[in-house]
Amino acid sequence: MKVIEAILDVFRNPQFYSITLTSSTPLIFASLGGVFSEVTGVVNIALEGIMLIGAFVSTAFAYYTGSPWIGVLMAIVAGIGVAWLHAWASIKWWGDQIVSGTAIILIAQGITGFLMKPVFGQVGQTDLEKFKMIKHITKEINPIVRPIKLPFPENSFLGQAFGNISPLVILAFVSVFIGWFIIYKTTLGLRMRSVGENPEAADTLGVNVYKIRYFGVLMSGVFASIGGAFLSVGDTGIFKELMTGGRGFIALAAMILGNWNPVGAMLASILFGSSEAFANQLQSSKLIEVSSSVKPLFNMVPFIVTLIVIGGFIGKTRPPAADGIPYKKSE
Amino acid sequence: MYEEYAVVMKGIVKRFPGVLANDHVDLFVRKGEIHAVVGENGAGKSTLMNQLYGLLRPDEGEIYVFGKKVEMKGPKDAIKNGIGMVHQHFMLVGNLTVAENVVLGSETTKGRVVFDLREAKKRVKELSERYGLHVDVDAKIEDIPVGMQQRVEIIKTLYRGAEILIFDEPTAVLTPQETEELFEVMRRLKAAGKTMIFISHKLNEVMEISDNITVMRLGKVTAKLITKETNPREIARAMVGRDVVLRVEKPPHEPKDVVFEVENLWVKDNRGLDAVRGVSLKVRAGEIVGIAGVAGNGQSELVEAITGLRKIEKGTIKLLGQDITGLDPRSLRNMGMTHIPEDRLKYGMVLQYPAYYNMILGKHWWEPYSIRGFLNHPAIFEDSRRLFEEFDVRPRNINMLGGNFSGGNQQKIVVAREVSSNPKFIVVAQPTRGLDVGAIEFIHKTILRLREQDVAILLVSMELEEVFSLSDRILVMYEGEIMGEVRPEETNFEEVGLMMAGKRLEEVRA
Repeated sequence: MKVIEAILDVFRNPQFYSITLTSSTPLIFASLGGVFSEVTGVVNIALEGIMLIGAFVSTAFAYYTGSPWIGVLMAIVAGIGVAWLHAWASIKWWGDQIVSGTAIILIAQGITGFLMKPVFGQVGQTDLEKFKMIKHITKEINPIVRPIKLPFPENSFLGQAFGNISPLVILAFVSVFIGWFIIYKTTLGLRMRSVGENPEAADTLGVNVYKIRYFGVLMSGVFASIGGAFLSVGDTGIFKELMTGGRGFIALAAMILGNWNPVGAMLASILFGSSEAFANQLQSSKLIEVSSSVKPLFNMVPFIVTLIVIGGFIGKTRPPAADGIPYKKSE
Repeated sequence: MYEEYAVVMKGIVKRFPGVLANDHVDLFVRKGEIHAVVGENGAGKSTLMNQLYGLLRPDEGEIYVFGKKVEMKGPKDAIKNGIGMVHQHFMLVGNLTVAENVVLGSETTKGRVVFDLREAKKRVKELSERYGLHVDVDAKIEDIPVGMQQRVEIIKTLYRGAEILIFDEPTAVLTPQETEELFEVMRRLKAAGKTMIFISHKLNEVMEISDNITVMRLGKVTAKLITKETNPREIARAMVGRDVVLRVEKPPHEPKDVVFEVENLWVKDNRGLDAVRGVSLKVRAGEIVGIAGVAGNGQSELVEAITGLRKIEKGTIKLLGQDITGLDPRSLRNMGMTHIPEDRLKYGMVLQYPAYYNMILGKHWWEPYSIRGFLNHPAIFEDSRRLFEEFDVRPRNINMLGGNFSGGNQQKIVVAREVSSNPKFIVVAQPTRGLDVGAIEFIHKTILRLREQDVAILLVSMELEEVFSLSDRILVMYEGEIMGEVRPEETNFEEVGLMMAGKRLEEVRA
């Protein structure tokens, strides 16, 4: 019964909720990116790679300029660049979208690993103090986006859970709303959905299929890279090799579970984020003895939740009909 | 020039690699008429229309719309000139609503960016009311029946200001009732002054709805007829180039022993409702038993249950005295049952496979096609070539992909495969759906040949004409039950029609 008590204890702890928020945020951004791309009919498994690039670029610019916000902006630029590669290969040249996406992930992993030494002066993971010594930077650098204080009483439950919140977390929720509005309330969104469902029909009505798909994929670059940047400059302030750790794929699962709808994807992201927070809290619970050799098993929780939920729900969601199929104009 | 005409196409020539699809074609369509363009599959009708709609550009020739010479660079130009097209394969977006589909590409907006759905719905409602095109503006396309989807296509063209509407084989996908509704709409559009071009190869429909007819064959115009002054026989001759038997001769043939037997069969449909409710029937060797009925009265589920594709809730099925209830399709095939499915594209063939694989599907594990688990390609090629000759499949290219054959030739491949397995019992569902007169004649003759060879045949068809001309006995199905059994020579369309509407034979004859 100790286990049950430990579990209940996790839910009573305000920290669980604050970690849920930080674990969910990168997933919310990336899954929103996935929605933008796939709603127009382009499968984008490159999210994982774009996130990694976003995390790297934002850290680099934060360290060199001293401003994490410049880091986020440059991450967006880099994210658009990488997404453009995917768009170019899969829209312009009708390439296989899975192959193109996989290639981008591998390139992103290789290139960020390779650039660790030249950019940060060390491999593995960054360390601001060592970086300053190498680059002889004297003024104080804060590589983390400064949190916003919300007006909750300091010692209240809400205050401890959500008192200090990163503006990027708020941006994530705002982005979801904007994304939902674009996709469901604007003419552009109507055209995006038509292109992902039946590009030929859209084409006969004068909708430019290629342009709309480019837009969708580039937007996925914007959001996935912010998601990546949150991991580094939004949360920890460091970049670690392969630090995305499969979050791009969990974001894809969230997108599917959310039925390719920004709001649904956000809710699914929060579910996956909370399971990560749960695993994290449970293994450090004081009520149960967890030997260190067992701890890695807890890290599997988010993935097991993903499997169960996707397995249970996947038949009930419906992808855009032309998702993953390159569009060739017939002559 | 040509002021009295809505459309004039003059001396149109269109070449494709190796084919002269249109050879100096002239088409004159008067303002406000319904003009039928008829011809067999591959006669060049669709090519001609695609040039009028700007999807293809003619190699030679001129096009005039309302007396003005025009050049179409794309569908946009055609739309600008008041031409709209109702495609055979609907150009609709399944997950969008009716209203969204209509306005897509020329959306109503609030402040340029925001989509004004309310205004879109209002405009679609207006159009739908003005022309009697009943649609549900809020329903998603994927949830509405085919007939309504077609009305959405028509509203789409009207929304864009079409004065000339091209209907590309609009009835191919419709039930008889939906066809009647479509004709009603076309009459109303005609009364409103619209001009329509109606592409078809169904002669009775052409006779019913059109004012003038242009007949095409092998890329050329072979006849220009006035509907009132012609008859189906004359049109068919111009289409096929020879006299066609519109109704095959059925020689007398004495049926033998009972081969196939169904006893009190119950089957559920996809929604879990009873679709077949206590059907019993017998088919003897050398006999054709026809099942008539309006589409969706359990015929498809009956066929699927018999052929092992659907679970049987209750009842027994016997083939040659053996109980075969619940056996899978493979065992059934090994026992001598074959099946010409109603949807050849979905169940009849694999469109991405070359014709030679399509020719052996379902018997690919038999010798000589497969020896000890390996495909025996020489035998497959040889038999495919032989069947291509025997069944006159065109083109004679067994390497061509299934999806690239015309509808009639796809069906010939399916028929050739099923018939050549020497069946004892064959289920034939909708064998001539969407085929032209030449192909229909061929398929009907093939079915009668099987009857001569003492095969037991169960024929399911929505075409009453077909059931009457082929069957020895007719069973009428309504809401999953058999309303009665009649012999074609002892009944008429009216009697069967009443049974199709739910009256039992006893009530009809009472």
